[in-house]
Amino acid sequence: MIPFSYSRASTLSDANLQLSAKIASSSFEKGEDKVQAEVQPIAGGTNLADLMKLNVMQPHELVDINQLRLQPDIKAVSSNEENLVLSAFATMSEIANNEIILRDYPMIAQSLQLAASQQIRNMATIGGNILQRTRCAYFRDISFSQCNKRSPGSGCAAITGDSRALAILGTSQDCIATHPGDFSQSMAALEATVTISGKNAKRTIPFSALHKMPGSSPNIETILQPDELIVSLNIPAKPWARRSIYLKIRDRASYAFALTSAAVALDISEGTIKNARIALGGVGTVPWRSIDAEQALKNKVPNDQNFKIAAEAAFKSAKTTEKNAFKLELGKQTLIRALTQVAAMEI
Amino acid sequence: MENVAAPQPKDNMGQPVPRVDGILKVTGGARYPADIKIENPAYGYLVTSSIARGQISNIDTSDALELPGIIDVITYHDFSGQIEKPLMMGGEGGAGYAGSTSRPLHSSKISYDGQIIALVLAETFEAAREAAHIVQVTYKAETPSATLGSDGLKIQAATVVKKSHEDPKVGDAEKAFLEAEFKIDKTYTTPVEHHNPIELFSTSCVWNGAELTVYEPSQTSHGLKFGLAQQLGIDPGNIRVISQYIGGAFGSKGAITERTAIVALAAKKTNRPVKLVISRAQGFSASSYRAETHHRVALSATKDGKLTSLIHEGLELTSRDDAYFVGGTDATSRMYACPNILTKVTIVRADRKTPGFMRAPAEVPYMYALESAMDEMAEKIGMDPVEFRRNNDTMKEPIKGLEYTSRSLMKCYDEAAASFGWDKRNKEPGKMRRGEWLVGHGCATSCYPTLMAPASVRVTFKIDGTALVETAAQDVGTGTYTILAQLAAEQLGIAINKVTVLLGDTKLPPSPVSGGSNVTASVCTALLEACNNLKSKLGNNSGGNLEAQLQKANLKEMDGFAETVAPGAPKAGIDMLHKGVSAIDGGAKLKDRIQFSFGAQFIEVEVHSLTNEIRVPRMVGAFAAGRIMNPRTSRSQLLGGMIGGLGSALLEITEVEKSSARYVNKNLADYEIPVNSDVQQLEIILVSETDTKINPLGIKGLGELGIVGTAAAVSNAVYNATGKRVRSLPIRIDDLIA
Ligand SMILES: Cc1cc2nc3c(=O)[nH]c(=O)nc-3n(C[C@H](O)[C@H](O)[C@H](O)COP(=O)(O)OP(=O)(O)OC[C@H]3O[C@@H](n4cnc5c(N)ncnc54)[C@H](O)[C@@H]3O)c2cc1C
Ligand code: SF4
Repeated sequence: MIPFSYSRASTLSDANLQLSAKIASSSFEKGEDKVQAEVQPIAGGTNLADLMKLNVMQPHELVDINQLRLQPDIKAVSSNEENLVLSAFATMSEIANNEIILRDYPMIAQSLQLAASQQIRNMATIGGNILQRTRCAYFRDISFSQCNKRSPGSGCAAITGDSRALAILGTSQDCIATHPGDFSQSMAALEATVTISGKNAKRTIPFSALHKMPGSSPNIETILQPDELIVSLNIPAKPWARRSIYLKIRDRASYAFALTSAAVALDISEGTIKNARIALGGVGTVPWRSIDAEQALKNKVPNDQNFKIAAEAAFKSAKTTEKNAFKLELGKQTLIRALTQVAAMEI
Repeated sequence: MENVAAPQPKDNMGQPVPRVDGILKVTGGARYPADIKIENPAYGYLVTSSIARGQISNIDTSDALELPGIIDVITYHDFSGQIEKPLMMGGEGGAGYAGSTSRPLHSSKISYDGQIIALVLAETFEAAREAAHIVQVTYKAETPSATLGSDGLKIQAATVVKKSHEDPKVGDAEKAFLEAEFKIDKTYTTPVEHHNPIELFSTSCVWNGAELTVYEPSQTSHGLKFGLAQQLGIDPGNIRVISQYIGGAFGSKGAITERTAIVALAAKKTNRPVKLVISRAQGFSASSYRAETHHRVALSATKDGKLTSLIHEGLELTSRDDAYFVGGTDATSRMYACPNILTKVTIVRADRKTPGFMRAPAEVPYMYALESAMDEMAEKIGMDPVEFRRNNDTMKEPIKGLEYTSRSLMKCYDEAAASFGWDKRNKEPGKMRRGEWLVGHGCATSCYPTLMAPASVRVTFKIDGTALVETAAQDVGTGTYTILAQLAAEQLGIAINKVTVLLGDTKLPPSPVSGGSNVTASVCTALLEACNNLKSKLGNNSGGNLEAQLQKANLKEMDGFAETVAPGAPKAGIDMLHKGVSAIDGGAKLKDRIQFSFGAQFIEVEVHSLTNEIRVPRMVGAFAAGRIMNPRTSRSQLLGGMIGGLGSALLEITEVEKSSARYVNKNLADYEIPVNSDVQQLEIILVSETDTKINPLGIKGLGELGIVGTAAAVSNAVYNATGKRVRSLPIRIDDLIA
């Protein structure tokens, strides 16, 4: 860890101002490369402080945004007929324990309950959660010189190395790192939008446009500018939200990232799937919505055969390594299991 | 309600008294070595190699030295030639202390990934860490041999690597196997594992003139003292080691590691106390580990279930330069009656750090292989695996025909099987189901040699009715403080809260290494004799009130001292004890008897029919280990052992990159061990057993017993659930989903 200066923002505009002022006075010229950005907002710090100690991230200035959720105008959860709005500054536990979410959006609650540990969920925010960095061991260990995400152009040690946990969808020849988060999958599946605030303006974009696939620049992970903050996540209230689950598969029963996961929501009426919403965790370089799988199920009967067809569709573009080849079959089975479970749900 | 944590004593068991240091530990009152405040320390941080084989061509410390608060960056340029070549613990000739003979910070040569190449010293830990990250090292790297099966390995018979090694054999196993009708011949493999005790590796060194105090969590405070004196070439009388509380060790804090001499010399060079706490990631190469093994096990049996041949060939990995290996055929050749036994251990040398002790080092991998094969053999002849073991149970070991001092293996099987409900098992694989989950049941044998070493204890009884027990033995979290207090209280006829036990300080009478599960047997033997000596000095052999006797003799206190060895062991062991060497002996190594503890484990697994993850709803283990000093701490040891075994069966593996011979997953998120929710029901049954031949109290020791056999029981259960034999640990989704 290198020495850094630290300041606290009290309001959203204060945070935006502090960030942009600090960026203006820093020598930082790496554009969208948030990994190497010298100025960073810090929320729960459960990911950022970790990476700073490992010297993977070396920000010179931190702006603490934890006070923001104490502002009277910032509510962790608000909902109406059309929308569910989640504050990005809310903690994972606040959202996971919210009654509306537990009742109407089980997938969201489960994707948080099954993540990390209670202690971490109490500290960590959902804004930080969707921006958490990959757990690729080579990225997190600076004694490995090859990692395009950490030092652009250095190569990728994982592709020929230990890639058991890494992605099979959306990979490139430069990076196969998994987006490790669970909650992001529910946001991808439920077609959330993200409200982003910069110094001068706010904008709202689809959640699916937030993360960038690695391509030839895996160091650029999102479309966020260094001075921008995620403010909220807006989830349209749709008929499938109640019939939804998050299924997470891992080696141990708790406290582990997903090997594979499936965020699945179905709108079933009269024995037919009117609409399906599906995202897959542990397998993609970014939160992975599978429109192919959704379409394979549209207007179909919820049965084993159709679930299998959807699973094949979801993984048809998968590329595996020797070590993560098992994720192809596991990913499909995870989706089939989740679809079976969600179809049988009593709502 | 019955408190499961405090099982009621059966025959030949002491009381389940709570840990005497329990409250101190949960309230933070117990001071672990790194917690002890030292004046004005320089904080250390290591720089370790990022290649496994080659030379350092340059270390540029200039940027690091320019950071504020940096005191020094020490490399081999500073210490070359200053640290003597360490003597290997348990090496040829016996008298060693170290886990490896490699000389710390001696030259530019790199022999393994993570080798210490520099120590940064700074005013704060953070500054030291920052500087360590910017020490620029360039290497002349060579292609390393990483693991079993790599190119460029050197392969030797174990008998060549270590002259004292024997490959036990009897009869003509190859012939019997060839002629047999029912047989199996399989290969089993186990991975690299690391202990990862929750307490990190640390060392603080404080010089006062020629005198050096070392605070380090160690399983052998005297071994550390003498080992350090040997490496530094100084008088051991000038070194004091303090190691009062240890946050888990499992073998990783047994032999002296490279860091201690480096920290001691650094403190001398900078004329300041130095404190080093090694990071979790660097800890993966700071001490020992369990190396990967391959096994060929070939068994044959008659239709009615008598073993006719047993062949066990082990292949183990070690470093280029050291003679460490585990050779677990000593145990596997002694488990069952069999007229024809052949064993062979072969050693593979690679560009890796020297492996070392890790919980039941030999028995865990070798018994996994044997007990998996026993399950396969039982299936081949269509016999229940418990009955197959009963058919081959014996009170005489088959190699030399020596009598077991006691052996309650089948009693363990019967008690555990009854509690588990083994009779409800369907022996057809894949036939038991619970909703979407396939259910499987498996069992396996646990064993551990009963080992003892010389020990010395002083006990003092005072006129105020209190007693003091002094011995340098360590409590690695197992309960040594508690059982010594318990035994002294019982022998002196006072309440346990009147007894103070001092441990983990080389100012105290020497005791053996807390390894090989020997401490309870060894130290209790010495304490018993010390109490007897005290009483006879007061003329009180027949009991009675010690306070009254002190008063009568007009004394304020009276002490008793004893130095003991195991029954039949040479007294010379006591001289070695005073040089920091533990002359551990027992198990299958004795001339007139064989002594082991035994156990039986039964495990239920669930495997999801679609996604194949493995969960373990129930585990039952029954163990017999002679006199149980304290059922509470014993249960806790066995519980921990079985959970460790569960980890080795399903989770634990250190990934070694084949191209670089480097560890990849050196953190506790990627190196998985069981968490609470992985352990659902776990029952420990302490089986009553009396052994009159091992030592006066009849104690066998059980620290390492519980982890042996678990992996085989899990693996056998996975087979019963799925019909798939996975012969490689850990068993994970990858192995089942194909
Ligand atoms: C041991 C462990 C296990 C874990 N297991 C899981 C798991 O199973 N599943 C899972 O999903 N996660 C898991 N996590 C990850 C954890 O959920 C994340 O670390 C956490 O959600 C990050 O939130 P934070 O508030 O602490 O973010 P921080 O660490 O503070 O920030 C992370 C990044 O996001 C940026 N940032 C934070 N908030 C904003 C914002 N509002 N706008 C713009 N940028 C922002 C920061 O600048 C930083 O770059 C685990 C973490 C640990 C340490
Ligand atoms: S997969 Fe990505 S993060 Fe991992 S080593 Fe390769 S480039 Fe780095």
